[in-house]
Amino acid sequence: MAAVGKTHATRWGVVNVVVVLYALFPVWWIAALSFKEPSTLTDGNYIPREWTWENYRGIFKTSEFTRALINSIGIALISTVIAVVLGTMAAYAVARLRFPGKRVLIGMSLLIAMFPPISLVSPLFNIERIVGIFDTWVGLIIPYMTFSLPLAIYTLSAFFREIPWDLEKAAKVDGATPAQAFRLVIAPLAAPGVFTTAILVFIFCWNDFLFAISLTSTRAARTVPAAIAFFTGSSQFQQPTGSIAAAAVVITVPIIIFVLFFQRRIVAGLTSGAVKG
Amino acid sequence: MSMQAEPAGAPPPPEAKQAGQDRAALSAGARQERRLGWLLCSPAVIVMLAVTAYPIGYAVYLSLQRYDLRFPAQAKFVGLSNYGAVLSSTFWWQAFWVTLFITGVSVAIELVLGMGLALVMHRTIFGRGSVRTAVLIPYGIVTVVAAFSWQYAWTPQLGYLAELLPSGSAPLTHQWSALWLIVLAEVWKTTPFMALLLLAGLALVPEETLKAAMVDGATARQRFFKVVLPLMKPAILVALLFRTLDAFRIFDNIYILTSGAHETGSVSILGYDNLFTALNLGIGSTISVLIFIAVGIIAFAFVKLFGAAAPGAEVKR
Repeated sequence: MAAVGKTHATRWGVVNVVVVLYALFPVWWIAALSFKEPSTLTDGNYIPREWTWENYRGIFKTSEFTRALINSIGIALISTVIAVVLGTMAAYAVARLRFPGKRVLIGMSLLIAMFPPISLVSPLFNIERIVGIFDTWVGLIIPYMTFSLPLAIYTLSAFFREIPWDLEKAAKVDGATPAQAFRLVIAPLAAPGVFTTAILVFIFCWNDFLFAISLTSTRAARTVPAAIAFFTGSSQFQQPTGSIAAAAVVITVPIIIFVLFFQRRIVAGLTSGAVKG
Repeated sequence: MSMQAEPAGAPPPPEAKQAGQDRAALSAGARQERRLGWLLCSPAVIVMLAVTAYPIGYAVYLSLQRYDLRFPAQAKFVGLSNYGAVLSSTFWWQAFWVTLFITGVSVAIELVLGMGLALVMHRTIFGRGSVRTAVLIPYGIVTVVAAFSWQYAWTPQLGYLAELLPSGSAPLTHQWSALWLIVLAEVWKTTPFMALLLLAGLALVPEETLKAAMVDGATARQRFFKVVLPLMKPAILVALLFRTLDAFRIFDNIYILTSGAHETGSVSILGYDNLFTALNLGIGSTISVLIFIAVGIIAFAFVKLFGAAAPGAEVKR
């Protein structure tokens, strides 16, 4: 019995290692590139022969990258806050109140979540130039609503279905209005779901590339993924490979932190809506 | 709704009148609840419509114009002639078939790999947390970052994977090898999402059913194909729908890996190029509208499939 258990465990161990390697190898590769000396960049080694912070120093010296980093953080944060606030209101109504049009709302957010972003790029390009928000934060936050808001509504509705709503009834018996019950009783209970949704929405905004290259033209609003694609190297005789790798690692760090700390929640958030809905 | 249920016509007997008053009182509460519901939803609805319905309507309008961004003064209504131009151009059909190829192949591979991954995550006896954490990284990582990693890996003189190939080969510069590498990048990035959706479906398969099948002498393979898969059908369909629509929009990976060169561009790449390289707003918008219609058709086909498949599955079990 013990022997069988052991081979069983070994087999699963091997499978697990394969899965982890599959998931991490490309990440490791670009991280390795980012720590290589320019002269050893092309050696194809998985581990840098000599470790250097040179590439990181290089990108943080240019406003091209630092400005893009600020843009990325600001735009993603603001989009997340707006989407989560509006989404929480709508999802609360969907989970809790009886009113016609609920199914239409969920259906509509699903439909909009499937929207091909390229279909919005050409009209938005023209509208934003006319209105004067092309190449601004607002000009990116607006299109980010197209995917962040449906995602928020959808995920939050799934989370809110799990909340013990009897507590709200108790609050109402004690004389709270529906609005008060929402603010004082349900909102704190809903916080974990809201937080998870915020992480997911942030990751989606952080990830965007198409809107970021289409609706910006200078570093005023260009986010990191778009800025990387236009990197030319710290000096004009240098290939941008090292800088790109370093910048890529920098914007991967928050994702890895989220995943490490909130793995369980993210999995729950990603799957609850899709299966039960 | 409750107003329509109100008894009409002949005066109701006293008992019913009492009930009617109750209902009227109820419907006052219901009306308040309904108003609050709409009030809470309205900002989200208004924003969603403003950021999608209005631009797509404007895209339709632009697609009916001859509109070159270099000569905006010469913009002119030309009816459907842009659609004629796009639909009769080999560029559109080339991009369309490339997109369909990438979508079909990558989603098929993802389904198989994702199912394997889901089974590993579901069944593994230790390290479940670390496997899930590792698997979330490809899902969460910025697509552009992953695409650059792949691009460098396949670039001769730079990458570890290119060294495995016969020297002198540059796989990203030939249509078919490049297409497969795009599929690979896409599969690597999105299989975890597929796996997580399937994992959630897998968790809904009752353990007792599996034990019963085992007692009845079903082999592992039979249990998987005859018990697990049919029970997971709804989860699989949802995962397929999500991934198909997502794959059809593919842009980031292609833009970084090949920029659409060597006939590897998707429809999204074509739309982008027409807008920003050719500066043709009319044609670019036409392509935007056509992609929107294509996505709509795929979604509609899937929903029809759902309607046909889901109730049947319920009747059987």
